Amino acid sequence: MELLIFLILFPALAGLLVLLLPKDFLHGAVVKCSALIVAIVSVVLFAAEWNKGIQIYSLASEPTGQLIFLIELLIAIFLLYIGIKNRQYLVIGLVIVQTALVIWLEMAHPVSEITKNLFVDELTLIMALIVGVIGGLIAIYATGYMREYHLQHKEARDRRPLFFCLILVFLSAMFGLIFSNNLVWIFFFWEVTTLCSFLLIGYSGTEDAKKNAFSALWMNLLGGLGFVIALIALTFIKGSSFELMTLITTGPAIALIPAVLIGFAGLTKSAQLPFSSWLLGAMVAPTPVSALLHSSTMVKAGVYIIVRFAPVFEHTYAGYAIALVGAVTFLIASMIAISQSNAKRVLAYSTVANLGLIIACAGIGTYEAMWAAIFLIIFHAIAKSLLFLCVGTAEHSLNSRDIEDMDGLVLKMPKVAGMILIGIAGMFLAPFGMLMSKYATMRAFLDTPGGFLLILILAFGSAVTVFFWSKWMGKIISVPPSSGETIEKRVSISEWAALYSLSALTIVVCFLIPVISSVIVERFLKTTYGMTTSLPFENVVIMILMLVLVLILPLTFLHYRKDKKHTGPYMCGRPVNDAYAFEGSLGIRRELVISNYYLDSWFGEAKLVPVGCAAGVVLILISFAAMLIGGVIL
Amino acid sequence: MNLNIITGIIFLILAPLIGGLIAGADRIVTARMQGRVGPPLLQPFYDVSKLFEKETMVVTTTQYVYVVAYIVFIAFTGALFFSGGDILLVVFALTLAHVFLIMGAYASRSPYSVIGAERELIMLMAFEPAIILCAAGMYLVSKSFFVRDIISYNGAIILLIPGLFFAFLYVFTMKLRKSPFDISTSHHAHQELIKGLTTDFSGSVLGITEIAHWYETVFLLGFIYLFFAFNPVIGIIALIVIYLLEIYIDNVSARVRWSFALKSAWIITAVLGIVNIGILFFRWW
Repeated sequence: MELLIFLILFPALAGLLVLLLPKDFLHGAVVKCSALIVAIVSVVLFAAEWNKGIQIYSLASEPTGQLIFLIELLIAIFLLYIGIKNRQYLVIGLVIVQTALVIWLEMAHPVSEITKNLFVDELTLIMALIVGVIGGLIAIYATGYMREYHLQHKEARDRRPLFFCLILVFLSAMFGLIFSNNLVWIFFFWEVTTLCSFLLIGYSGTEDAKKNAFSALWMNLLGGLGFVIALIALTFIKGSSFELMTLITTGPAIALIPAVLIGFAGLTKSAQLPFSSWLLGAMVAPTPVSALLHSSTMVKAGVYIIVRFAPVFEHTYAGYAIALVGAVTFLIASMIAISQSNAKRVLAYSTVANLGLIIACAGIGTYEAMWAAIFLIIFHAIAKSLLFLCVGTAEHSLNSRDIEDMDGLVLKMPKVAGMILIGIAGMFLAPFGMLMSKYATMRAFLDTPGGFLLILILAFGSAVTVFFWSKWMGKIISVPPSSGETIEKRVSISEWAALYSLSALTIVVCFLIPVISSVIVERFLKTTYGMTTSLPFENVVIMILMLVLVLILPLTFLHYRKDKKHTGPYMCGRPVNDAYAFEGSLGIRRELVISNYYLDSWFGEAKLVPVGCAAGVVLILISFAAMLIGGVIL
Repeated sequence: MNLNIITGIIFLILAPLIGGLIAGADRIVTARMQGRVGPPLLQPFYDVSKLFEKETMVVTTTQYVYVVAYIVFIAFTGALFFSGGDILLVVFALTLAHVFLIMGAYASRSPYSVIGAERELIMLMAFEPAIILCAAGMYLVSKSFFVRDIISYNGAIILLIPGLFFAFLYVFTMKLRKSPFDISTSHHAHQELIKGLTTDFSGSVLGITEIAHWYETVFLLGFIYLFFAFNPVIGIIALIVIYLLEIYIDNVSARVRWSFALKSAWIITAVLGIVNIGILFFRWW
């Protein structure tokens, strides 16, 4: 239990230390050390607890509960102040309603009798590793990145201590969220992540950043409102409990209403349609923030809570409606990603899409779907953080985050290009992790009566995914005729450290799928469902065979490098110069511009976002209706 | 491990021969349809062996790597399929192989081959849902993703998933690179794209691409055979009829735009998929 409390408190305290240190004094060192410690301790925690099943720890609710209540009030006052200052009436309204409900809950139904406040099980441990290791690596990366960021962005005020403080507090909040068994505590950490993301998105202080920060704030506050209502519902439902692990085992008859309301909060936090716009807007923040929000924190908090309640959703209409929200989001966000040329927006839409897939699995809630959901969480966190950090590094050297400007990146920044290729392959190609998880998803959908529409959506969504990732890869590997020096030298060591680690993880964890499955995931399923699943052994062998092939095939390059005759690309016999610009007959030179297809008239945001939002709203309303009726499929 | 490695190895050895013979027969039948005599049956082998004798010129050395990866994974796809492996992994490996081919085209930077690569990606996007849904349909029927279980299913799979079969047939033309869907590259030269995807491949690189295409043809015919596996005689006849039909369509239709290809393939797959998968779901539950 000491390790849990350490992980919850240590990052926040280190963050405060960074904030209090004098200007430019040891900031980087403190952040790096504490991030490293967090990563190591989360690994130690894993090593200590992996074989022990569910461990529930007693910890008196008071005075921690009172402290939490106090901080909640302070946050509310702070948000009210910010809201009034910026005339954000929606935010003001949501804060007032939410705080009133929280105060009423605290006064009318004090839940001080709960003692089992902390817990650890296999899912928690996986989440802790993701938060600790990936979050830690991102924090380390950020130390190098932010120095460069402020050199390039003079418009942003240099408030780096605050920045690092927020990142560390964010990690604390995530640990708190996953280790808490008391739903009131979970709600508190939930709100802290909302606050941190709001402040981090608005970090640069530009108009754009402010606007997007507030849209993130109100959407997440709306979700938070759903969470509070769930807590209030718990006080009225007979036989329910404020203890997460107890509540889940009570089954849909009791737990469905809170599950759907908290699920709604999860949908807002994980940016599902119609709430996807906040995560897209969050792109204005410095890249490490995006990486953090997209891979190890924030959105993963959303899917974590939905995955927790998955056993409650199994075979319910409400769960099915939530699964459809995820599936529709998966399809629509993947399609929109085709039309985007901004690398960060492509990554963002792909995040939204993959979270949708995870939620589709959780909404179905069978043990097979859970297996898939957990692996999707793991692989998405690793590959997506790698991609974001690569794009951030490339952006600093290219001064652009447009995919079109990454033309020939393989020569300009060979190492970063290679890492982007690993990350992209990790996202959509066999035999890498995401695709193996999709395999499991497909099987899960086919094995459940609710899977009928989901399997169709998955088939189309996967096809779309192939398109937008491949054309990005194509852009990177195409070799321009006149290639200058590489421009990778400016990248700092802390950035390389994070990039190398994440690239290695992307590949190594694929090899570890059978181990992770049998040691962790299957134990979790066994205790939760009494049943378990895994990849067939034969497929594991095939997968590893393919991995080895993919890894050794590039070596053929060494063989072919020798004495092959080179020629220029085919230009239809027209006169061209050395840079392959067409020389016209009247001395006019036409530059050759090769650009990707974006199919905007088909997959443009303007066209698809309204459709997706409408579908999302309808499906969420259906899930509420189904929650009230309490229908159970068969 | 229940993989029947022997049949996989037999595929690896025989598929290029069978694929080449099919290509030769294809050219004769096509010629007869056009009132010509046509080349000898073994002409594709002569063509490819000549390619390997030529000096290979590449735009960038990486082209080699991509094309070698392409043939390795196409062969892998077919070998896994014919050893009775998991049909979803087969589909995934096929996608991987095609992504490598597309990267080969991107690497060269000729405007013709890059546009060919983009179009090939669109074709991949049109093709993928149909084959995934076929795999899903076969799973719903036979309760297994393994080819060996699907093939030993007692009953006519074609009668249970005719809609998915038709959807697959529609996109099959794309994979054969035949009209009206020979959009990214073709066996004949394009007016607007020269040879599209393969414009910048020459010598042994082009030869490897050809052989990979033979592997793929045999694999795809094997996939179609699964629908008729209940009776080998009917299965073989069906394959011959379907291939002749493809040649006929190739000869009577003009190339369409990518947008029509994608839209029509998706609409057909979606409608037939919903109906057919729906029927399967409700029959069992």
